[in-house]
Amino acid sequence: MSALGKNMMLLLAGAVLLMVAPAFIVSKFYIDVLTLIFFTAYLGQSWNILGGYAGQFSFGGVMFFGTGAYASSILLTTFGVPPIIGIVVAIFAGALLGFIVGFMSFRSGLKGSYFALITLAFAELLRVLANSVEFTGGGVGLFLKYAPGLSNLQFETPTGFYYFALLLLFISIAIALWLERSRFGAQLVAIRENEDAAEALGINTLRCKIYAIMIMGAMGGAAGTFYAQKYLYLDPPIAYSIHLSVEMLLVTIVGGMGTVFGPLIGAFVLHVVNEIARHFIDTPGLSLIVYGFILIIIISYLPNGLIGMFKKKLKQTDASALDKLKSDQGDGNA
Amino acid sequence: MLNVSGVTKRFGGLTAVSSVDLNVQEGEIVSLIGPNGAGKTTLFAMVAGFLKCDEGQVTFDQVSINGMKPHQISKLGMVRTFQITQPFAGLTTLENIMVGAYSNTSDSEVAREKAEKVAETVGMKSLLSQGADGLTVAGRKRLELARALATDPKLLLLDEVMAGLNPTEIDEIVAVIKSIRATGVTIFLIEHVMKAVMNLSDRTYVLNDGKLIASGTPSTVAEDPQVIEAYLGHGAAEAMVAKS
Repeated sequence: MSALGKNMMLLLAGAVLLMVAPAFIVSKFYIDVLTLIFFTAYLGQSWNILGGYAGQFSFGGVMFFGTGAYASSILLTTFGVPPIIGIVVAIFAGALLGFIVGFMSFRSGLKGSYFALITLAFAELLRVLANSVEFTGGGVGLFLKYAPGLSNLQFETPTGFYYFALLLLFISIAIALWLERSRFGAQLVAIRENEDAAEALGINTLRCKIYAIMIMGAMGGAAGTFYAQKYLYLDPPIAYSIHLSVEMLLVTIVGGMGTVFGPLIGAFVLHVVNEIARHFIDTPGLSLIVYGFILIIIISYLPNGLIGMFKKKLKQTDASALDKLKSDQGDGNA
Repeated sequence: MLNVSGVTKRFGGLTAVSSVDLNVQEGEIVSLIGPNGAGKTTLFAMVAGFLKCDEGQVTFDQVSINGMKPHQISKLGMVRTFQITQPFAGLTTLENIMVGAYSNTSDSEVAREKAEKVAETVGMKSLLSQGADGLTVAGRKRLELARALATDPKLLLLDEVMAGLNPTEIDEIVAVIKSIRATGVTIFLIEHVMKAVMNLSDRTYVLNDGKLIASGTPSTVAEDPQVIEAYLGHGAAEAMVAKS
């Protein structure tokens, strides 16, 4: 079996495992933790497309999430539009915001820390705006009605949300797999590695970067609707929290930037570490210190993330297998 | 094919390139030489769209390309390489060349085949799976050439692809450039290696202090007193004549 076929089988096996998992997990708590892991991995993947593949680090990724959350929630509370339509609007709202931010910052040549800061500024600006205008409910926030049903994207059991999050995760992984194989993905990586060389080879770097941030925005928008329908409450500090911006880049960096499964692995490890630290340490706040300490270790010793560690090993085994093959052939000829 | 007329570039008070006129005809290999700091790379950067001309006109295939973005010019068929090599360091040789090949196709299989073919042309076939950051200087120079070639250019702008190579490597790359020209690609190159300039070019332009001081076949240019003085200093031309 070819390596590609083998990988596809592994991928399918993993997907099936995640799909049947709820049948074996009795505890609602664990279902909820897994749901949260998928959700974070999904957001991490959205960050990964612009940050990991195209090399444009954003520090305000939450702006798409918050805008999507507000878009579908306002449509629901003010106009009675069901969230299943609202999520489509949220996706477009996120993409539109991505276009605006991308056009403004990339066209003026912002990159590196300047781009990171401008995205942070945009997220903060939107938070302040959401706080001061009336249609977002201002500081009071928006309360959404509990009315389970597919058209409301609400579910009676945590398992429903589990599958919703899993679907989002699958979509995000499909997008990353497509990037790995497509011209667009190769162009984004070229931009990350060397923007001048990419331009010289005929890549419209501005357009590619704008497309990348629009995909990130669209994904973030959908995540916003998911969150709003799960927790049924939205206010500016939640919708535009810096914490979430940091989390989506953190899981990706810990897992491995510019890789398909980096965000998922990072989200899994960080959530598990977090839960364990919380479980075993009673002193309030101490668990955060342990969490931070583990982060420092991972980032300083694994600059390519956890995936980078595995890849290195894989490459070594590949090389030794190749050597073996060669020597075998040599024997055959002799 | 390429027409440059009256092109000028100033950086503050310094005129790096001063009203330069030159042209490259289809099928030629034309070289641009001159001492360090003469403005050669600046001129290339303007032609390829990386810098804006302060004055003058650049046309490629009768199309004015002033103000065009580098990727637009690249799409028209004029592709540059960089003097300081700019590999996509995190990618393999194959992936690097494929980025160039994607310029004409969105199919990754077609791009892969094209990249492999180009790698063979420039003699990098055995290095395809090697990471670009692990290549030698000669390898990186070849990679620059291969990536540009993979876009199927009509005109290649080669900026010192031989700098830093040893004599054997230079001979190899000269042969490669000749074989590229034989496939119908026009070549405009900046070079310091005079052996290669003499060997390759149909015509040569000499730039000094931002101004064109001579042009013609390589051998007439090499005997031009102004050119000798530009390289060896004032009075050198007379000294050489006196000696011979």
